[in-house]
Amino acid sequence: MGDVFVITEHLKGEFQDITFEMLGKAKEMATASDGQCVAVAFGSMNEKAGELGAADSVISIGGNDDYNPESYAAAVQSLVSAKSPSLILVGSTSMGMDIANTVATALDMPNISYCSDISAGSGGFSYTSSMYGGKMNTVTNVDSPAVAMVLAGAFNADAGRMTGSPTVEDFSADFGAGKVRFKRLIEPEDADVDITQSDILVAVGRGIGSKDDIELAEELAEVLDADLACSRPLVDAGWMPKARQVGKSGLKVKPKVYIALGISGAPEHIEGMKSSSTIIAINTDKNAPIFDVAHYGMTKDLFDVVEELVEELE
Amino acid sequence: MAKIIVLLKQVPDLVEDLEVDASGKALDRSDIKFKLNEFDDHALEEAILLKESGSADEVVAMAVDGDDVDKMLFTALAKGADRAVKLTGGNPVDSHQMGKAFSNALGSEGYDLVFTGVQSVDDRDGQLGPIVASYMNKPCVSVVSGVFVSGGTVVVHKEYSAGIMGEFEVDLPAVLGIQAAKQSPRYAPVSKIRQVQRTASLGESGMGDLGPGGGSSVANMAPPEKGAGAEMLDNVEDLMDVLKDKGAL
Repeated sequence: MGDVFVITEHLKGEFQDITFEMLGKAKEMATASDGQCVAVAFGSMNEKAGELGAADSVISIGGNDDYNPESYAAAVQSLVSAKSPSLILVGSTSMGMDIANTVATALDMPNISYCSDISAGSGGFSYTSSMYGGKMNTVTNVDSPAVAMVLAGAFNADAGRMTGSPTVEDFSADFGAGKVRFKRLIEPEDADVDITQSDILVAVGRGIGSKDDIELAEELAEVLDADLACSRPLVDAGWMPKARQVGKSGLKVKPKVYIALGISGAPEHIEGMKSSSTIIAINTDKNAPIFDVAHYGMTKDLFDVVEELVEELE
Repeated sequence: MAKIIVLLKQVPDLVEDLEVDASGKALDRSDIKFKLNEFDDHALEEAILLKESGSADEVVAMAVDGDDVDKMLFTALAKGADRAVKLTGGNPVDSHQMGKAFSNALGSEGYDLVFTGVQSVDDRDGQLGPIVASYMNKPCVSVVSGVFVSGGTVVVHKEYSAGIMGEFEVDLPAVLGIQAAKQSPRYAPVSKIRQVQRTASLGESGMGDLGPGGGSSVANMAPPEKGAGAEMLDNVEDLMDVLKDKGAL
């Protein structure tokens, strides 16, 4: 088989964790398939190639430092066409979603979403995808070159985070038709509380049912001297501010204690809280994926539990 | 003024217990309930909001035929879509074949913007929005949570991590994978859906050639192996003990 490419991700001049998570796995897969582990870097990130020491080599693809869905995907497409790697790892992220789908579809390559594991077989690779909100795993075997979208947090970043001096090759890429133009980065509004610094978080999910019922979780947070956090649907519903959102497009938190109330535990949420020291989940669905990452769980009605707990603590 | 086509898709309702069928490769569909993909609901909401604010003049809901699809499309009409089109004559097996069905139909329908949900719980071979865009050779931005139409372009906000967003200007026609509408998707009362069912009709269009699909298929499906898992607590007293032990009290 051939080389394993990692499409690196950067934001504001820093490689993102997903880059190192993918590099560690890519190194392992390259070794298993007698290929090279190659990191693909955009813009001026070639200047930080020393951080990509897990790779055998770095391809500097050029382009603007600011991510652009059209030009980054076009550049990767032209690179993959020219180099024919056997496996391309792309983050299952905001940027990766544009790149992976565009490249794979345009080049008629299989694309496997939500990869939580990849292993090398005799003629190709085997991909485990976390589907249906984490409730089912599928295994897909592909014997031809493929694009894999790697879930954040699926692989250990430490395995791919090593300094070194990989060779850097410049590649002259095609950057597309210019139909998408980057304007600016929008920073989040200042929050009243920084939940990434909280010792204890009481996090509410869809199971809370209504905006008014969040008050009960607030009461619990108050008696525990905790801060209130939430999963994505509550932000989308306008019930909670964005600054309180834990997960993929929100914040990554690791408090001493994380109490998840009515949160099912979709991969996008788990990505943001699985490093918490102690996770306690309360959810009536005994099959909810949140119980796979929780240390302690209760399948009782969250309102009953929280009411009783608040009473006891008061 | 923009014409927006919203691609809608049904997915299994995850509130139900999911089971693997006899083949060991797919969900047992006999017992599961289907519902509109929640991100598609946001895509529809954003399109209707743009129409209500005068940025769009027509919203068309489009879906591949299947169980309960008529009801889903009538619901879209009840919420404010101007027309609904059902694609018939095929059974797409993955995101790529579904993408083909939509792009075949979009070619004859004409549009300025195509909205679809950013992802779905079953899109194992990739996300519909960028796949359709690739087939149509149109620009695409995924993970969008703000859409502002002006003349021949659209300005979009694309979500990154930690609340940071990128702002992009995109030439029309374009495809957008919508993460969230500016407000929570509206609810259509059953009475209104029934009224629409009596007075409106669904358009139909052929799916055309679905192509070979995404080039991969499932070898095995199973619930994830449970690790050590959570230690289950029976009562609030035990919960208090844990909280004390872990320094939360």
